[in-house]
Amino acid sequence: MFARVWPLVLKELQELRRDRYAVIRMVVPPVLQLLIFGYAATFEVYHVSTAVLDQDHSQESRELLARFTSSTRFVITETAHTDRDIADAIENNDAVVGLVIHAGFAQDLRNGQSAPLQVVVDGTNSNTALISLGYVGQIANRFSSDYAMDLANRTAPLKLAALPQVTLQTRAFYNPNLDGKWFFVPGIIGTLMMMMIVNLTAFAIVREREVGTLEQIMVTPIRSYEFILGKTIPSFLIGMVEAAVIGVVGVLWFRVPFVGSLPLLLLGTVLFLLSATALGLLLSTLARTQQQAFASNFFVLNPLFILSGFAFPIAGMPAALRWFADINPTRYYLVVIRATFLKNVGFEALWPNFAAMAAIGGVLLAVSIWRFRKTLE
Amino acid sequence: MKLNRLKAIAVKEVLQIVRDPRSLMLALLLPVMQILLLGYGVTLDVTNLPVCVYDAEGSQDSQALLKHFQASRYFTVVQVSPSVRQVIAGLDRGSCNLAIVIPADFSRTLAMGGRAELQAIVDGTDSNTATLASGYAEGVVAGYSGDVQLQWLAAHGQTASANAPLTLQSRVWYNEDLESRNFIIPGIVALIMALVGAQLTSLTISREWERGTMELLVSTPVTPMEVMLGKLMPYFVIGLLDAAICLCFAVFWFQVPFRGTLFTLFFITSLFLVVVLGLGYLISVAIRSQLGASQIALLVTLLPTNLLSGMAFPIDQMPAPIRAITYLVYGRYYVTSLKAIFLKGAGIAELIVPIAIMCAYASAVAWLASRSFKKKLV
Repeated sequence: MFARVWPLVLKELQELRRDRYAVIRMVVPPVLQLLIFGYAATFEVYHVSTAVLDQDHSQESRELLARFTSSTRFVITETAHTDRDIADAIENNDAVVGLVIHAGFAQDLRNGQSAPLQVVVDGTNSNTALISLGYVGQIANRFSSDYAMDLANRTAPLKLAALPQVTLQTRAFYNPNLDGKWFFVPGIIGTLMMMMIVNLTAFAIVREREVGTLEQIMVTPIRSYEFILGKTIPSFLIGMVEAAVIGVVGVLWFRVPFVGSLPLLLLGTVLFLLSATALGLLLSTLARTQQQAFASNFFVLNPLFILSGFAFPIAGMPAALRWFADINPTRYYLVVIRATFLKNVGFEALWPNFAAMAAIGGVLLAVSIWRFRKTLE
Repeated sequence: MKLNRLKAIAVKEVLQIVRDPRSLMLALLLPVMQILLLGYGVTLDVTNLPVCVYDAEGSQDSQALLKHFQASRYFTVVQVSPSVRQVIAGLDRGSCNLAIVIPADFSRTLAMGGRAELQAIVDGTDSNTATLASGYAEGVVAGYSGDVQLQWLAAHGQTASANAPLTLQSRVWYNEDLESRNFIIPGIVALIMALVGAQLTSLTISREWERGTMELLVSTPVTPMEVMLGKLMPYFVIGLLDAAICLCFAVFWFQVPFRGTLFTLFFITSLFLVVVLGLGYLISVAIRSQLGASQIALLVTLLPTNLLSGMAFPIDQMPAPIRAITYLVYGRYYVTSLKAIFLKGAGIAELIVPIAIMCAYASAVAWLASRSFKKKLV
């Protein structure tokens, strides 16, 4: 069997070598994309453009606004004079957040009444809006409790000392500064590999068919599964090289820590490449022309990417889509790659992901051998 | 340019499309599948986040606190462990994203009127979920703390002064419920259109090469301009149909508020289609082998439109060099425009900048494409 598979593997690699641009096409774009997307994929919110309207002009209002100015989360881009200015600033995209302090703010505070701070947020980008609102809340809460403490100390110093309070101290494991790059760079590495490998293999069989060389191969004494295997091994090898290149770039350039076990990552990569290659081959047996292969892999890749947990948490999806995500090999690979980069967990925590990728890869390979046999008849 | 020659090419292309019904079905059905999958799949809202708890005390107070967590729509308590080790193992496995540690002297501290400190450990791997989750957790604890204080004050014969000095009155514009779906689905429509457009056309010329029909095309008395327009017109119609399907799903199925006018929408969509179709054509002219064409098409459409268009990741938060690159991503202008039309009700006047840029793109792409197609057989 090996004697018949090996020449096919050599032929594939030879074909690749003859294509002058193939290597450039396969190495440069992923590295370039990794570099760009590593910076682009971020949900962190800093320097939110903010318009402020202070009609109170009191020490208190100035102090409250100073807390916004000194925060890295907000940048005051506009000082408004009327409510209309705030509305305009948000409508014209000059500001995402508008802060309004009306006259009588300090008076209310001193009288022990609730003084309102009005916030207007552009909700177009709901995530940015949510996070900015969270930061506004934090600053307001801190101002509020400082003011209350201050007031209580002046009026009745003893009473406050005995007011129960529950506070929350939050620590983040695995990514202590909640750096988005630590989350996204491993994800981009996995995603890029998926894209390149599925796209590469999706053409493997249909190209031979369209060019007419499939008949030539089929008259040789090679068996269907040997043919499929011979197509799988080259893209698997290419995938390993690509994984190494972009993995190293990711770690060295973005300084994402790699704290886990390299053998586990390797095992995960092998299983993932197996399932990605098998998926590509299946698409290739399903298509009759290269155009069909191209169209279908375009439309398969996008859901695979979006429903992989790359950016959008799978836990938040409806049940039917979670089921779809369960048969997506990328999803398991992203868990493995993120866990080995950031978490330093062992085999016992990751084995369900390995098992799932192996099962998906096995089933897809079996189906593509079956499909391939059928189309030959 | 002669109209009858243009028509001949267009008719030939239409026949080619119609006689390959499978590809046509793909072109019309796949956008529907995509919008359903992605529309439901792309959500950044954090709900029912799994929480592990180590309750060192197991008192009435700690139970009351956990009830606050359980009642919040953001959290689901999945496990109450007898040791910190197990809680951390849960985080390692990923079976919970947040761990709450309640100290052994929790109720005693509260009874004495002191400050009880809870610990939260959040799985920072997914930094965005972690940021949102710790914010929500702080809110839950603040709510519980307020309850405790009110009870204390009532027990000590005081009712006043429980209100915070500063209250926040927040209003959200354009997307009042802060639903991530409303902001992402217009972007998804743009993404699907970018994919459909590139996919539809980028193989039209390389197909002629690989099938050997290029000789025929070159020997016919048509100008390159006529070839391009004739080949693209049928796809333009399919593209408009696809856009209509996607937009109907966005409005009627996903209930994204639509505040703009249909005219603006279709004006921008047509403009965008010219850009994507032209670009797809340019790629297929430039690259001979279909594998190469597909890799390039994938490269310039799929991930950039996902990541650099502002569909999900805010462009204004990217570093300056990357922001500069986003200006090249044509999907960006369509995404911005669709969001503004849907949520803000923007008209042509508000969208004049993206429209002007898309016009420039469209003419540049058309010019390049018509120039690059040379009637030569080498």
